[in-house]
Amino acid sequence: MAAQANALSIEELKEKGKVLRRLIIRMTTEAGSGHPSSSLSAVEVVNALWFGGFMKYDPQNPTWDARDRFILSKGHAVPVLYAAMAEAGYFSTDDVMTLRKLGSPFEGHPNMKRLPGIEASTGSLGQGLSLGIGQALGARLNQNGSNVFVVIGDGEMGEGQVWEALAAAEKYKLGNLTAIIDQNTYQQTGATKDVLDLGSFEEKIAAFGWHTQTIDGNCQKSVVEALEVASKVTDRPKAIISKTKKGFGILPVLEETGDLNYHGKPLSPELAEKALAFIA
Amino acid sequence: MYLGEISGLKIGQATRDAFGDALKDLGDKHPEIVTVDGDVGNSTRTEVFAKAFPERGFNVGIAESNMVSVAGGLASTGHIPVVASFAAFLLCNAYDQIRMSIAFPGMNVKMVGTHAGISIGEDGPSQMGIEDVSLACSLPGVVVMVTADAVSTKAATAAMVEHNGPVYLRLGRPNVAEIYSEGDTFEIGKANTIREGDDVTIIANGLMVAGAVDAATKLAEEGISARVIDMHTVKPIDVDAIQKAARETGAIVVAEEHLAHGGLGSAVSMVVSQSTPVPMAYVNVGDCFAESGDPQGLLDKYGLTADAIVEAVKKVK
Repeated sequence: MAAQANALSIEELKEKGKVLRRLIIRMTTEAGSGHPSSSLSAVEVVNALWFGGFMKYDPQNPTWDARDRFILSKGHAVPVLYAAMAEAGYFSTDDVMTLRKLGSPFEGHPNMKRLPGIEASTGSLGQGLSLGIGQALGARLNQNGSNVFVVIGDGEMGEGQVWEALAAAEKYKLGNLTAIIDQNTYQQTGATKDVLDLGSFEEKIAAFGWHTQTIDGNCQKSVVEALEVASKVTDRPKAIISKTKKGFGILPVLEETGDLNYHGKPLSPELAEKALAFIA
Repeated sequence: MYLGEISGLKIGQATRDAFGDALKDLGDKHPEIVTVDGDVGNSTRTEVFAKAFPERGFNVGIAESNMVSVAGGLASTGHIPVVASFAAFLLCNAYDQIRMSIAFPGMNVKMVGTHAGISIGEDGPSQMGIEDVSLACSLPGVVVMVTADAVSTKAATAAMVEHNGPVYLRLGRPNVAEIYSEGDTFEIGKANTIREGDDVTIIANGLMVAGAVDAATKLAEEGISARVIDMHTVKPIDVDAIQKAARETGAIVVAEEHLAHGGLGSAVSMVVSQSTPVPMAYVNVGDCFAESGDPQGLLDKYGLTADAIVEAVKKVK
């Protein structure tokens, strides 16, 4: 019944990306809290996975056994996931406007118990890749051809568990597992290179035996091409180091605030209006 | 001298050995069972399962955080992961992973902590899980079990696999006295009365059940009739059995191979204080890290003995 989502063209994906960005800004401003800039950096990657033909899923049957799994390990960026799932038809775009409100299943971080289609409860950083290994091993035992995609933050790479997971995924040659590092170069208190500089992710992850690529993660075409390359590698786990900008898509608006990190705070209604106008 | 000797109980298998055998036996009936190890499978005995079902046994290396989250991921694809390590490393090293990857999403993972308590012996306090029950009990929705002997451990292993949801099962290292016989009933959340008695109730779990039986034997010589309850499930606790014991015997002693705080003593106290207040006394490791030494010497030094239970009974009677 369910199948690969219709693959949008690059131009169509770019338009979809604008829709996701508008939703992210609107829902976080309405909530009065959240992490819009961390969500915006990952739009092209999430967009390509959900609408570029790279994931099998069925909003009418979210527990379909052979579906592909998407894990947002950087759980604070969940507005980008809610936006994509709304566009995919899991729920309405009105629903997600209840983000972070009491009683709403659209919690501040993903909660799989409350929202069908969310594949992992995240928010304590560092666990997503390990969960992805478990799901990839499970899919292999189930022989259902299911693939697992995990989006990890670059600041999150400071968690030791990620490196435990990189080693284990290689041990089990998980060709159905793809990790995307959203390298937006900022974390909570500042630039990632100042907080904990981990050097080249590509060199380090490749040294673990993974297939690696480094791309401009805010270029929709580059993201689609990298996912196409990764989809053809089936004998080992794959990593895409996605170099992005925090707040991409509304950077000139954020620059006015003098805060390029803009971590963990929503745009004011006035700033949101400017941002929405800028995207249009 | 060992716990259970006074009462003439026989020494049987270690609970970890019984667990390993039981898990292997369950493997055919439950093809969803998989094991996830942090390179101590030969100590936790999950190796017995992994050797019988090699494609279903995963050893992710000395990496408990990753181990626990991998188990969470496997559960979300319909498998029943049994993730095992020393209790100290499973609960203490990977607590956040247990919280976020298993407990919060309610994953159907069976967590087994072996080598718990001071009876691990010579390896010393870094290896002793003596706070594990407290940590596990604090997690919403997690069933917490501490078994006393081989027969009940085999039953508990089957019961936890049948139970849908996260479970923590605490096991020990040494061979322990046989409390149960094949065919005895075992149900999660339902305590077993090992000895009937009217004057006082000793509620125990783990190897302290044998100590409680010894204490009851000693007390009988002095004309005190002690009821012995094996509270193998700490959460959800058997409220009815506790209230009945308080009403019928008027005093309760709780004995466990655990720290003073957050374990069986705390769980029983909450029930008693809210519904059936009676005098209570406690036998446990106290509020300290222990030390290296031979298991029996440690049990003696830290007061986990039949004599200590007898003394506690005399405080409340």
